[in-house]
Amino acid sequence: MTFEKRVRFRSSWLPWALVAPQLLVVVLFFFWPAGQALLESVYESDAFGMSSTFVGLDNFKRLFADETYLQSFWTTAIFSIWVAGCGLTIALLLAVMADRIVPYAIAPAVVGVLWVFMFTPSMGVVSHALKQAGVDWNHLLNSTHAMTLIVTAAVWKQISYNFLFFLAALQSVPKSLLEAAAIDGAGPWMRFWTIQLPLITPTAFFLLVVNIVYAFFDTFAIIDATTSGGPGKDTAILVYKVYQDGFKAMDLGGSAAQSVVLMAIVIALTVLQFRYIEKRVNY
Amino acid sequence: MKLRNTLTSMALALTALSAQAQTEIQMWHSMSGALGEWVNGLANSYNQSQKDYKVVPVFKGNYDESMTAAMAAFRGGNAPHVLQVFEVGTATMMYSKGAIVPVAKVMKDAGYKFDPSVYIPAVAGYYTAPNGDIQSLPFNSSTPVFWYNKDAFKAAGLDPESPPKTWTELTLAASKLKASGHKCPFTTAWQTWVHLETFSAWHDVEFATQRNGFKGLNARLNVTTPLHVRHIENLANMSANGLFVYKGRAGAAGATFESGECAMYTNSSAAYAGIKRNAKFAFGVSTLPYYPDVKGAPQNTIIGGASLWVMAGKNSNEYKGVAGFFDHLSKTDVQAKSHQDTGYLPITTAAYQATEKSGFYKQNPGTDVSVTQMVRKTTDRSQGIRLGNFVQIRTIMDEELEQVWSGKKSPKDGLEAIKKRGDELLVRFENANR
Repeated sequence: MTFEKRVRFRSSWLPWALVAPQLLVVVLFFFWPAGQALLESVYESDAFGMSSTFVGLDNFKRLFADETYLQSFWTTAIFSIWVAGCGLTIALLLAVMADRIVPYAIAPAVVGVLWVFMFTPSMGVVSHALKQAGVDWNHLLNSTHAMTLIVTAAVWKQISYNFLFFLAALQSVPKSLLEAAAIDGAGPWMRFWTIQLPLITPTAFFLLVVNIVYAFFDTFAIIDATTSGGPGKDTAILVYKVYQDGFKAMDLGGSAAQSVVLMAIVIALTVLQFRYIEKRVNY
Repeated sequence: MKLRNTLTSMALALTALSAQAQTEIQMWHSMSGALGEWVNGLANSYNQSQKDYKVVPVFKGNYDESMTAAMAAFRGGNAPHVLQVFEVGTATMMYSKGAIVPVAKVMKDAGYKFDPSVYIPAVAGYYTAPNGDIQSLPFNSSTPVFWYNKDAFKAAGLDPESPPKTWTELTLAASKLKASGHKCPFTTAWQTWVHLETFSAWHDVEFATQRNGFKGLNARLNVTTPLHVRHIENLANMSANGLFVYKGRAGAAGATFESGECAMYTNSSAAYAGIKRNAKFAFGVSTLPYYPDVKGAPQNTIIGGASLWVMAGKNSNEYKGVAGFFDHLSKTDVQAKSHQDTGYLPITTAAYQATEKSGFYKQNPGTDVSVTQMVRKTTDRSQGIRLGNFVQIRTIMDEELEQVWSGKKSPKDGLEAIKKRGDELLVRFENANR
């Protein structure tokens, strides 16, 4: 079922004028910085910007020659799958149960600090409980523990956002359909699986894209506040290194090259999602 | 109407400001809390000592943040006059020739008699160019020392008044502490600064070639020597036996000593204030342990902390004000008071002697440990460290040492990885600054 919802404007400038503020924001805060990153990535400049030398693809070549950089692709993949997977499943579960709302507007760094307190090997509440249960919690040296910690913190922060969208989507599923199905003898699981889930796929798809982008870009503050990428480099996802090299080590060229790589990955992922997964979405 | 009123009052305010004709000296720093008050106090005392200049200290976040902010400001032509930079940023600042003015030049141009020999060599040497000119003014410097819990020592049957002097003694003490039921006999803060950088100077061996980078940009890491491997192996064994417990990067281990969880630890001498405030036990401080069979050990430890850099592009009148401020900071009474109030190292020998004469060290036992580790003649290998991209190299060292403590890499492999990855960054810095 599709409805024609197009609005027709008489004048040609009015629609442009109406979207201009939004376009301006996008150009100013997305296209311009992205263009700058592209430009910076082929230059090597000193910290104070006094000299800038064109180095072609050197920044990229160096990146891909670095084993630890290649390793961090793998780390990022694991991290993103866990964050998006857990974030979506748990939020959907909660939304279905229409459970109570978890706070959503929290700065990532605060989330990081909160969780690192609970998990501090010697004094944390959670690590103490884990110790009682026979798990020797140490995210400082155990990479599985460190990964669990950052995934938990990242998922926890995102769950409420996902939850709100899922809840709204579930509530917009026509009651009549569910009642009809119930009369026909479909149980709760059957109703969820055959009616609710297909009808909320647009929301689920939207959230999938948003969550992947979140895991890729928006989690560096959580990592900075909890593990700083350690132990070793085991929780240093791509965006964390961008942040570290750019803002802590002042290596602008290298950092820009990394953000270009990251941008390419996310564009590719989004295109893939729209091509293959969107086909299964019912609007 | 309202707008006009506002404009008029703004114009009036501006006239009032210019009427004072005082030259403002902007100083960006990273000292918060009590230390922030200390900086404000120094500026105030200078401002009150004369009428022509007004030093305005501005807190700009932690060391990386203020440095990034200054770099962005410099690109935009709004750099401060004075910038506090942490020691790992030294090479970056020094080789940014057009962005800074060496302190020695600022002082000479302003007509001050500037005698580098009044500064403590191990402190000022860190910031001195090969031609003997001081590039930046040492401001807040500390050095690694050994801290221990005297109550825990007593409980373990150890003499609380004779702390371990060597690594062998330390290992023995750690075993006794463990036997007495201690979960964390020994830990360390700032593992790379204490156990690789300072460790090298303390044993009079190079941490990097070319006199640790002092002689030139072609320096490479020198951390794979048998001595370095021996020390990291020793710590790795202690870690495997539960004698050394890793508590995280940077200063994270501090809280575990202050809470009594860890009985001994190595950290900056500047940890004094925090330990004194938080520790509910008797604590002691002593010199850093060493390996007595190494020739020349113990030499001297090296500093951490920050120094004040003068940014380029200001007029000569403003530089005069900066020079006056620096001269004020170097005065014996100002220095001695700073040293006694903050626990940071004195930068002049006279300030150290004045403090000693005043009986301060006798009243506050242990506060002189850091100074005695420093007030020595430095060698070519112990003056300090001057490597480019050092922030990233420190991260690499942290990453690889963590692999060693967790048993994923052998000490030798870990140190070799540090050398390989660190040298790549040094080559890049050399190419970028040639």
